[in-house]
Amino acid sequence: MHAFEYHRPASSKDAVSLVSKKPEGRYLAGGQSLVQAMKLRLSSPSDLIDLSALKDLTGIRTSGSTVEIGAMARHAEVAGSAEVKKAIPALAALAGTIGDRQVRHMGTLGGSLANDDPAADYPAAALGLGATIHTNKRKIEADKFFKGLYETALEPGELITSVSFPVPKRAAYMKFKNPASRFAMVGVFVADFGGKARVAVTGAGPSVFRQAEMEKALSAKFAPDSVAGIKVKPDGLNSDLHASPEYRAHLITVMARRAVEAALK
Amino acid sequence: MSTSLIGARVQRKEDYRFLTGAGQYTDDVELPHQSYAAFVRSPHAHAVLKKVNIEKAKKAPGVLAVYTGTDLANAKVGGLPCGWLITDVKGQPMKEPPYPPLAQGKVRHVGERVAVVIAETLAQARDAAELVEVDYQVLPAVVDAAKASKGPKLHDIAPDNTCYVWALGDKAAVDAAFAKAAHVTRLDLVNNRLIPNAIEPRSANAVYSRAGDDYTLYVASQNPHVERLLMTAFVLGLPESKVRVVAPDVGGGFGSKIYLYPEDVVVTWASKQLNRAVKWTAERSESFLSDAHGRDHVTTAELALDKDGKFLAMRVQTTANLGAYLSTFASCIPTILYATLLAGQYTTPLIYCEVTSVFTNTAPVDAYRGAGRPEATYVVERLVETAAREMKLDPVEIRRRNFIRQFPYQTPVALQYDTGDYDATLDAVLKLADVAGFPSRKQQSLKSGKLRGIGYACYIEACGIAPSNVAGSLGARAGLFEAGEIRVHPTGTVTVFTGSHSHGQGHETTFAQVVAERLGLPMEAVEIVHGDTSKVLFGMGTYGSRSIAVGGTAIVKALDKIVAKGKKIAAHLMEAAESDIEYDKGVFKVAGTDKKKMFGEVAFAAYVPHNYPLDKLEPGLNENAFYDPANFTFPAGSYVCEVEVDKETGATTIAAFTAVDDFGRIINPMIVEGQVHGGLAQGIGQALTEGCRYEDSGQLVTGSFLDYCIPRAGDVPSFKLDTRETACTHNPLGVKGCGEAGAIGAPAAVMNAITDALGVKDLPMPATAQTVWRSMHKAA
Amino acid sequence: MTIKVSMKVNGKAASAEVEARTLLVTLIRENLRLTGTHVGCDTAQCGACTVLMNGKAIKSCSIVAMQAEGAEIMTIEGVARPDGSLHPMQAAFKENHGLQCGFCTPGMVMNALDFARSHPNPTEQEVRESLEGNLCRCTGYHNIVKSIMAGAKAMGGKI
Repeated sequence: MHAFEYHRPASSKDAVSLVSKKPEGRYLAGGQSLVQAMKLRLSSPSDLIDLSALKDLTGIRTSGSTVEIGAMARHAEVAGSAEVKKAIPALAALAGTIGDRQVRHMGTLGGSLANDDPAADYPAAALGLGATIHTNKRKIEADKFFKGLYETALEPGELITSVSFPVPKRAAYMKFKNPASRFAMVGVFVADFGGKARVAVTGAGPSVFRQAEMEKALSAKFAPDSVAGIKVKPDGLNSDLHASPEYRAHLITVMARRAVEAALK
Repeated sequence: MSTSLIGARVQRKEDYRFLTGAGQYTDDVELPHQSYAAFVRSPHAHAVLKKVNIEKAKKAPGVLAVYTGTDLANAKVGGLPCGWLITDVKGQPMKEPPYPPLAQGKVRHVGERVAVVIAETLAQARDAAELVEVDYQVLPAVVDAAKASKGPKLHDIAPDNTCYVWALGDKAAVDAAFAKAAHVTRLDLVNNRLIPNAIEPRSANAVYSRAGDDYTLYVASQNPHVERLLMTAFVLGLPESKVRVVAPDVGGGFGSKIYLYPEDVVVTWASKQLNRAVKWTAERSESFLSDAHGRDHVTTAELALDKDGKFLAMRVQTTANLGAYLSTFASCIPTILYATLLAGQYTTPLIYCEVTSVFTNTAPVDAYRGAGRPEATYVVERLVETAAREMKLDPVEIRRRNFIRQFPYQTPVALQYDTGDYDATLDAVLKLADVAGFPSRKQQSLKSGKLRGIGYACYIEACGIAPSNVAGSLGARAGLFEAGEIRVHPTGTVTVFTGSHSHGQGHETTFAQVVAERLGLPMEAVEIVHGDTSKVLFGMGTYGSRSIAVGGTAIVKALDKIVAKGKKIAAHLMEAAESDIEYDKGVFKVAGTDKKKMFGEVAFAAYVPHNYPLDKLEPGLNENAFYDPANFTFPAGSYVCEVEVDKETGATTIAAFTAVDDFGRIINPMIVEGQVHGGLAQGIGQALTEGCRYEDSGQLVTGSFLDYCIPRAGDVPSFKLDTRETACTHNPLGVKGCGEAGAIGAPAAVMNAITDALGVKDLPMPATAQTVWRSMHKAA
Repeated sequence: MTIKVSMKVNGKAASAEVEARTLLVTLIRENLRLTGTHVGCDTAQCGACTVLMNGKAIKSCSIVAMQAEGAEIMTIEGVARPDGSLHPMQAAFKENHGLQCGFCTPGMVMNALDFARSHPNPTEQEVRESLEGNLCRCTGYHNIVKSIMAGAKAMGGKI
């Protein structure tokens, strides 16, 4: 790890102001991706601005139609939250499958979305539920947030403060794990908003994406058979040691069908 | 003699320190004036070192020194030796290219060491290592064994990248048998390359003392004496008496910590240059790049059978990847420890095996848990199962028709099995695995969309390579005995020094059971010491499941001497004839009388020799023994694996795994079961999840746990185990060894089960979900 | 340039002047010389470095020491009773032969302590899932799973 300066501001305002003065600085949320990258010297920020003291970035609030979760909410917190389990059980379940127990105690919602790892789980929930990402400057629709490989709509220094997830009628997330890393090789989040369905796929492309054909079919009828026959095109899907584009394409259909089955249970 | 301790599930003496964080692994050792080393490693698989510029690095904060291969060459530091000379089919010695600790002129695999930076702190060493500027002229690389002979030349001494072509068996007779066979089964098999990944990374910490002109090296090693011998005699040109090697607590080895590694040599040499303690500990990425890998065979195997499924002959052609350099025992693994095992448990009368071992631009390959024997078992058991399917014979029945039942049995591939009962282990496993109930379980699985398959493997292992003179005639450059010493203290407690290092096997407990049992002492009265050349008289170390059979026997031999001397002392004390003294459960008795002396009284008399036959007997009670076995030991067993394959995704899970082993006499069943569990998990890992992959350019694709998958808790089942016992005939404990069995037998059992589930002839390992899915996709 | 970091480790105040880039595990091992916490990988997979931070299992190789400023840390050295007797989870590992080389063991025990608090009577399946972040190369997990099931029962939901 290269040397850096460490800061722990007491407020979001201070954090944003600090980072504006440090063009090579980075926010540090849970650190479960960033610290790893720094250890391998793949990332070398000049400054780390630790967000762990920012009380305004914590907490889980439910209104009738949305669940709003603070950006610094740890995965374990979301997974164990009675409110989230009640409102959007699929979201709590998804959080409970991220990484491993130890990672879930540190990793945060905001950190995961800002990092936009192509195989991360939270982006699938954000896009699959049509979430709104709140930052210190604005609100960004999930549809406009994920831009590409490790690339989001966030501007330099922009800080995610919370995320609002609309409560669906039913939803589920099904993931096929990379056997080694345990990240999603293919993860599919399906949500039924009553006549309008959303399907988000992670792990399979450069960034999370929606599957229009499946959405259309599920919007017409939210049933396993609606997606079971859909053949996904492998073009543009990720290829690595563990899965070819063809295999990933196949898994998208299988995971989507299983997710619908789970949502209906 | 009481039998209470032999065969008892005694809890381990070593556990308290490990459970409380008090273990002392090499990286935990912090010496006065400690400095830290970081290695600059080649990012290229094959390149000429045009220039290595260390000037910037030398000036970086905290840097004490930067050394390159040139510095080592100038200091006359030698290359790393290979411990086994293979003679090829033409009677020529194998090609032994130089293996310099730091690259000289050329690099031949990604991760090869180009320079070392030593600094006051580890962070400084790593920062400065980035400042070493290396100008590489990149050359084409070859990574696949099958392509090596036509690939770019690695070493001048071996223009076709061939280290040797070696063969065992009567080719003409085998060919003739094939010509007459009713059926021939043929398989093209790849034994996938594995990366050992003991959870403790390699580590070495050396310190030099000007006062004594001597060195101490703490190192994560399975055999400190061998490490010292190789380093002093072949590399650094030092007297052994000037080097102490300590292998403290070692966090798993599985073969990968047998070898002398360049880093060990470099820190030891540098400790004198700097007059400082120099420590290096591998980061996991360095382990992936530079630990010796395992397996990596490409094989064509054929089995000739008569119309009744009797094996007539076996013909095997293997190309073995040795990597870029010859690691310590690399040459004997795909030859001596492979071809000799091809008889398996069967009476196959004729076997011919030809092995071509090649250099490639990959990390060196050497012994990894099982070492040659898993590769042999995979060949034999995949062939046998496939032959049964092709001939529509029951896979159990075909094995029974060919089992060896008369012992001793001389195989056509040099080994002579002393004892065994292969029907006993097979019968037991069929029952324990409820093979009879398989069809209904298969139906049950189908209902939930899963294909269920069953596979068998009946393996043979050869442990404790022996005897030394035979091994020597086959090319071994070291002895294969073991040493032990029993030091009885004046108060009657005992310290045992053994050359068998323990790095998870629990020797401190098992060996203490043997000693306590034999001397009739409580376990608490016996301490086991290992892993320090300044304490232990000598040792060949721990590998090849040899510890109890060879190291344990050396201890028993020393114990016999203790008892013999004790009888002389007791005879004197009790004014009886030595021949009338009996020893039982810690008591010396005069036969037929009630006269007795306790073990402690005799020990005390030996050290306070007031009433003692000083004219005939030396005082003291301390004996050592060296034991060179008459033969290998031959553990064997039968494994049954059931898998479930998800029809949609190809994901395969081990639904059940049942193992019945014959390890001879068992000292501590709890520890033995643990050894089997661990071996099975590694064998299942080879079959399902683990596969080292290099790109054609020589870049390591599986360079971290993010891509190389060693099994997690969710990847393996709870195992069902049992044992049957035929005692080894040529050691006093009747023991055979158990450390590698699981890794030897499991891969074939798993792959036989998956191919059964899928109804295909073969499938490459590891059978990942994608591999299985592709196979089903093709079939459909 | 160094920075002061303070926390409570195994019930005692501990502080050190470290570089900001110092990982929590480095602080624990090098500065505090508590070498029972191990480093087995550099990609946060093996879990040998697991400690409890404010009662929760985390990987001490995956955070910088400053992230633990003011926290309560428990390492393997703080688990046994003051008289040296083993904690029920440690005892369960010993009784069930849940360790061989011992290198992954501290991480296994620390993770198990946290897990068992919320799972006083776990199923085998739950235990295997709880070990997703811990690698062992010796035991095949069989006896680790048995140990944790027994240890969790003995703990009754309390560390």
